[in-house]
Order: sequence, then structure tokens, then C-alpha cells
Amino acid sequence: MKHNFQHLRLDNVARSFTNAEGQSVAALNGLDLTIKRGEFIALLGPSGCGKSTALNCIAGLTPLTGGAIWLDDERIDVLPSEKRGFGMVFQNYALFPHMSVLENVGFGLRMRGVPRAEIDKRAREALQLVQLVGHERKLPGQLSGGQQQRVAIARAIVIAPPVVLMDEPLSNLDAKLRIEMRAEIRRIHGELDRATIYVTHDQDEALSMADRIVVMKEGVVQQIGAPRDVYSRPRNLHVARFMGYRNVLDVSITSAQGDHARVSCGGASFDGVLMESPGSGGKVSVAIRPDDFERAQAANDNAFEGVVETVEYGGRDSLLRVASPFGPLYARLPGDYAVGERVPLRVPVERTLVYAGERA
Amino acid sequence: MSAAATSSSLTPAARLDARGWLVAPALVCLIAMFVYPFAYGLFLSFQPMEGGGLFANYLKFFTEPTLWPTVLITLKLAVPATLINVGASVPAAFALRKSTRASKFVTMLLVIPVTLGTVLIADGMLTYYGPNGWFPQALHALHLYSDEVRLTHNYWGVLISLVISGFPFAFLLILSYVTGIDPTLARAAGTLGAGPWQQFRLIYLPLLVPGLTMAACLSFVQAFSVFPSAVLLGVPAGATRVVSIAAYEAAFESYDYSLASCVAIVMGFVQLLIVAAMLGARRAFYSGPTTGGKG
Repeated sequence: MKHNFQHLRLDNVARSFTNAEGQSVAALNGLDLTIKRGEFIALLGPSGCGKSTALNCIAGLTPLTGGAIWLDDERIDVLPSEKRGFGMVFQNYALFPHMSVLENVGFGLRMRGVPRAEIDKRAREALQLVQLVGHERKLPGQLSGGQQQRVAIARAIVIAPPVVLMDEPLSNLDAKLRIEMRAEIRRIHGELDRATIYVTHDQDEALSMADRIVVMKEGVVQQIGAPRDVYSRPRNLHVARFMGYRNVLDVSITSAQGDHARVSCGGASFDGVLMESPGSGGKVSVAIRPDDFERAQAANDNAFEGVVETVEYGGRDSLLRVASPFGPLYARLPGDYAVGERVPLRVPVERTLVYAGERA
Repeated sequence: MSAAATSSSLTPAARLDARGWLVAPALVCLIAMFVYPFAYGLFLSFQPMEGGGLFANYLKFFTEPTLWPTVLITLKLAVPATLINVGASVPAAFALRKSTRASKFVTMLLVIPVTLGTVLIADGMLTYYGPNGWFPQALHALHLYSDEVRLTHNYWGVLISLVISGFPFAFLLILSYVTGIDPTLARAAGTLGAGPWQQFRLIYLPLLVPGLTMAACLSFVQAFSVFPSAVLLGVPAGATRVVSIAAYEAAFESYDYSLASCVAIVMGFVQLLIVAAMLGARRAFYSGPTTGGKG
């Protein structure tokens, strides 16, 4: 196993299967991705987007139907999973129920013919890394979900894999533990200097943990970028929706200059940033996050007035459903509001993203 | 708190849930159809027809050269039959654990003998394996074996019939255990460097032990009480004179129901011993959930 690798390169990786009607369906379509050592990559997308398929292809659990995977200059997609030596953390942890925690963690070393004393020593070190000392003799069934999760991580990293693969490892934990484990996984990643590929459908998880995010939809990569880019500059409407741009308004474009556009609808108009070249016909979509609305002071640019329809009280702020000239909107504003109240709203120009619109 | 206070003030009889009476019909059936006949048989076995004290029948069974060897003869049939049935079921069930159209078809083929009665199987075997049956003829025609092929009216005939009728049960039972094991466990072992054989030996096999024991127990009990095929396909007076034949002869040829009861009790006791031994041995192994965590 090589630990001083520089790149894991996915070259046009594809995976399709035959459905019940005998048609070929692409679960993963032409994935190109180069991962550097030390990088933390999140594959993000809704269920069925191909992110788990991609992970299984890398792990060797699912054969490719096209493309190749390279670890530096060694082609690895032709190797069975037991020869790749990647550590994998499964969604349901997949701990061996008949083995103690120590045996579970030591399993990979045992398969490599490491002497018994050495297995013991390294397994204990791994348990120390995931802060699970004192549970060595227990069976997985005697541990809590969070502890099982740590055993699964220890078991994957003890073999010192060049790449650690994680398939929604936090989805079975409760909200508080999930937040704690995020930091924990990040810390372990930092201590190992290897690559981690992390599959999730939770955008907050991806944003808070990853160095780069790969957003996927229906087997096709939509955008690859740093969390900051993906969050504030989604490449298309699908990514925008997935990153929490809950308001997608159908409007007409009235003028465009450089990457600025002025759009209008229902007699009101405002400015936004042009993210895609608008198609012919002048119809475009505007994406705005509820959090980017502000209460307008006086007659600012980009301001309009709406009527509060519903209020979800959230403590520091409230999520409002507002009737506006552009149709119903969701806006998160500080303070408390009453139904029927008139609120002046504005969005900073750079937070108003204009897309070519839905392709029918 | 208030519920506890109320119930403790009632008499014990009144505290008994009225729904408990729903058990009554089942209990009556159990007593009438199992407990009473069993107790009657046990009692009868201690009342020898020819007198001679309480244990005369048992003494006779274990000294008479036509009786005690039947236990060994039956074991000689039932133990190999059990081992073959369970042993062949494991790889078959393992190969067919994924539900595809092909695996469903093969499973169906393997299970078909369940629908055939033992007598029907015996009859079919007599024509197929008999001295002039298709099987010996095929062997001769293909020059695979030139001597006489004798697979009926001897030990092998009975053993083959026990495998034909017992395998489907063992296979179905083990198939359900195999499919109950979370397949991601083997995948996880694979990512950790375990090849297919190690995945089987270190993951599937230990998790299968409880299922294998159950299948072996049922298979053994079924084979140990063999009767029709031992008569039809074996040598009922010699090599395949099993316990149930001895009991049958005592009851319906000598009309000594007392001795027949004694034989039946011994038969049951031997089965109990073997099953208890197998279940006891199972406790040395892991038994518990066969999935790898929350899921």
C-alpha cells in the first residue's frame, strides 16, 4: 500500500445498470475528479444522485462500466476491494457483531498478517485516536450509536489507508452528536495526512467539513468547488436550490450589462448578478436565500414591500412567508413579526443570483 | 402509582388477567394430544407384559441383540444424513443468497422434493437406482463403472432417500439464516483486505453457527425417526433395522405395547441427548444480531 501518494484521479468514471425494463440507466456519468493527498472531499447531493455509487466504485464494491481510477500512476479500478486497501466507513457502520471492539479494529491488520502483539498495539492506538479507550472488550451491540461510529472509523484508519471513504457516517446519529462528530472526523483527518472522501446529503455537513465539495445530480457532477464558492456562487439553479436558495422566482430580464442584470415582475424590478448567459425570450430565474433578505431602510435600491402570511418563530429570528409582487417568498429576518404586517424587504445585489431559468 | 395501589388491594385470583383464559383451548389440546399420550406411553413402558419388575423392558432392550443395536444402526444413518444435508446446504444457500431470477429458479428445483412424500421418493428411487434402473444403466453405458451398482435394498438406498427428503428442509432453513446476515459486513471485510474465502470463514460462518445448529437438530430428528424408506429401500431385517422398525415390530407383530413404548421412550431419549448436546455446543459460539450496527 502506498501512503506517500500524491493524487487519486477519477478519469471519466461511469457506472450504469440495467433496469427491470431492460434499459440501461446511468447511475454515474463521466465523473472526472483529482483528489490530492490531505484533501477532504465531500460528495453532496440528494438521494439517488450517484454519490454513493461513486464511493462504492472507488472502494471497489461496485465495478465500473466506464473510465478508470488511478492512484498516482497505478491503475486501481481493476483491483478487487481487498487489494485496494482503502478504509471505508459504512452508513450502518457494518461492525462485525461477533467480534469485540479490539478485534473489529484489528481485523484489517490481521488480514495483512501483522503479528498479534503489533495488531494489539496499533488497534489500541487507533482506539485512542477516536477516544474510545476502555471499551476494547465489548461487543459492538453493547455500544451506543456514537461509539459504534467511532469504532467504524478506528477500524478504517488503523490500516493506514491512503484514502478513507465515508458513506453518510453521521446520518444515524442524533443532532447533537452529529455536530460533535463533524469536528472529530475533521480532527482525525487532520492528524492522518491522507485523503478523505465523504458522502453526504447534508449541505451543512459538507460546508463545515470539506476542503472541496462535489455537487451531484442524477449521476452528473454539477459543480466542484470550495465550500465558499459552492455556497455563494452556485453554478446552476439545481446547485442553488440544494444550497438553500429556497426562493426561485420566474421573472423577465429587462437589461443586462456585464455580469449585472435588471429583472422585473409584477411591476416591481431589482438588480442581480448574472450567473449564466440568459437564453432567448427574456425569461430568467432569480435565486435568493431566505437569510439574505434584509429589512429595507427607506427607499433603497432593490427594495420592495410584502405582506407577512405566516411566521415561524425561531428565537433570534423568524422565518416569514411573504406575499410579494414576485409571488410568495421566504425571508429570515431578526425579530418577531405578526401575520398581516407589511415589511419592506431588500436583497444585496451580489446575493441576488440570476440564472437562465428552468429547462423544461 | 394509583394502578399499583388498586391491584395490590385485590385478591391474587382477581388480579389474574381474564385474558389468561384464552390459553385454555390450546392447553387442553396440548394435554389431550401430547402430554397424556406421552405420560401414558412412559407409564406403559414400566409395566412389562411378561412381568419381571419395573425396568424389565429396559433391561430387555439393552440386552436383546435384536433391539439395542438398532440405536447404533439408526445413528449410523441419521448422523451422516444430517452432516450431508447441513454440509451441502451451506454452500448452496451461500451461492443462492442473492435474489436473482436464476437463483430463484435453482432454489425452486432444490426444494421440489419437499412436495414428494417419502413413500413416493422410495418408489421412484427403486426404479431409478434399482439394479436395472436408469442410473446403473447410465453408469454402465458411459463406462464409468463396470461392476454391479447396488443402491437399493441396502444402507445406501436409505441414506440417499434421507438426503433427498431432508436436504430441502435444511437448505431452506439455512438459506433464511444466510440471507439474514447483513451483506455489508462481508463488503466491510473486503475493504479491510479479506478475500472471498476469509469473508466466508471469518464473517459468515461464525454468524451462521446458531442457524447451522438449528438446522442440524431438525435434520437429525427427522432422520432419526426414519421408517418408510428404511423398510422400502433398506434391509428391514438387517443393515437398516432402525429403532422405529423395532418399535413397530414390538407393537404390531408381537402386540407387546409395553415393550414398544419402551423402545419409543429410548428413541426419544437418544434424540433428546443429541439435540441437547448440539444446543449446548452452540453456547460456546456467538449468537446475537447479524447486522453491523444501526441500520
